[in-house]
Amino acid sequence: MIRAGDRGMGTKNIEIKGIRDGILVEISSGDWKKREKELLDHIKNNRQFFKGGRLALDVGSHKLKTDRLASLRNALSDENITLWAVKSSSLVTERTAQNLGLSIRIQQSTAEQQGEFPSSTIEGEEAVFVQRTLRSGHKIKHAGHVIILGDVNPGAEIVAGGNIIVWGRLRGTVHAGAKGNQEAVVCALQLSPTQLRIADKISISPAEDRKMEPEIAQLKDGQVIARNWDSRSG
Amino acid sequence: MAAKVITITSGKGGVGKTTATANIGAALAKSGHTVACIDADIGLRNLDVVMGLENRIVYDLVDAVEGRCRLKQAMIKDKHIPGLYLIPSAQTRDKNAVSPTDMIRLCDELRSEMDYILIDSPAGIERGFRNALAPADEVIVVTNPEVSAVRDADRIIGIIEAEEKGPAKLLINRLNPEMVRHKNMISADDVVDLLAIQLIGIIPEDKNVIISTNTGVPVATDGKSLAGEAYRNVSLRLQGNTVPFMDLSKGSGLFGLISNVFGTGE
Repeated sequence: MIRAGDRGMGTKNIEIKGIRDGILVEISSGDWKKREKELLDHIKNNRQFFKGGRLALDVGSHKLKTDRLASLRNALSDENITLWAVKSSSLVTERTAQNLGLSIRIQQSTAEQQGEFPSSTIEGEEAVFVQRTLRSGHKIKHAGHVIILGDVNPGAEIVAGGNIIVWGRLRGTVHAGAKGNQEAVVCALQLSPTQLRIADKISISPAEDRKMEPEIAQLKDGQVIARNWDSRSG
Repeated sequence: MAAKVITITSGKGGVGKTTATANIGAALAKSGHTVACIDADIGLRNLDVVMGLENRIVYDLVDAVEGRCRLKQAMIKDKHIPGLYLIPSAQTRDKNAVSPTDMIRLCDELRSEMDYILIDSPAGIERGFRNALAPADEVIVVTNPEVSAVRDADRIIGIIEAEEKGPAKLLINRLNPEMVRHKNMISADDVVDLLAIQLIGIIPEDKNVIISTNTGVPVATDGKSLAGEAYRNVSLRLQGNTVPFMDLSKGSGLFGLISNVFGTGE
């Protein structure tokens, strides 16, 4: 399986590259179990090269659920390798990686940094829907709108190109209109964020106990203004 | 009977994981179960000290994992409570000496002989924590009613959910009802409200805990202390019983006396 001339680094299905943050392994499509075994065998045969390394994975279109990704991470961890990022074109895999606290972006070159947000068909119009509570340390970044069904706890962060709607208590940090859209709004059933940004304006919540009442925050004359939700003015 | 593996963790350090492990272990053993407490905090061991077994250590967890001794040889019998065992951690090694797979294998070996296996996790969210989490059937997250501890608890609960080991159970430690009443401490309700997981116990701040840590006799074996009673209640709830939470809000009675001692302590 090893190509001639590449001194044994990589196989037909697994390509290994050096990047700024360590090693990037690109895994081709096909049966995941086989690919995973190939990767682990390859690592076992080249322990000296991988030992103590930081590894990023590009799994392409492989759809990976938590058990698969976690077991690979543990297996790598047994080999003293830290898995820190998983890049994938599958949304399922991206979500799994985020849940496991892994990065889903690998900075390879300045050219790739341009595409910081996942692309959407209509710029800024696509929405992601997340049905769970965002706990401290969770971060969601999306070019379009972000809708959360659940709470956003202190220490969690949402960055959206469009609007942010939280059907729950918003107590974390949110940034709507992150690409400069001054019209963006933030709505929540209870609006008491640690910090709230719209476009380039930053505001913090007044330190008071908030009741559970829906509010909307938007820019008025360059200032973030929050008021009770009213469908007529929404 | 196959043992239930319960990992006790927190995110933030110093909130009382080790004390909780020793006390829940002692209370479970007192109710007639066989219990193994594993100190997974490799390099910074102290469960042995809290349990008063430091001078009996011959082999440790890393010795057992690396095959220098049989697992049985690393198990230390408690001095007072029959059925309670400790597997101490190594003092001289670091967390990389053990892998998550090692921990799963070790617990599987113990499962047939124990009713409960308690794992005292190190603070943090890295290798040592993952070692402690890997074999868990159930997870208890310990927090103090302080903003920083609650924040870290929230983070760790998120990770436990992502690892599909959840939902974790919550143990609030060192609650001072006097301070809560004067709005100088976050209330248990506020902590539960934010973390939104099932509460397994509230341990009041109690000077007996500090005394017991120093003497190596878990407070749960002390019939009179309030924290001891709270820990016994936690153990009963773990065994599937419904036990009402102690009323800590009253300023009178036994607790009134205790809280007076602590009234100016902070």
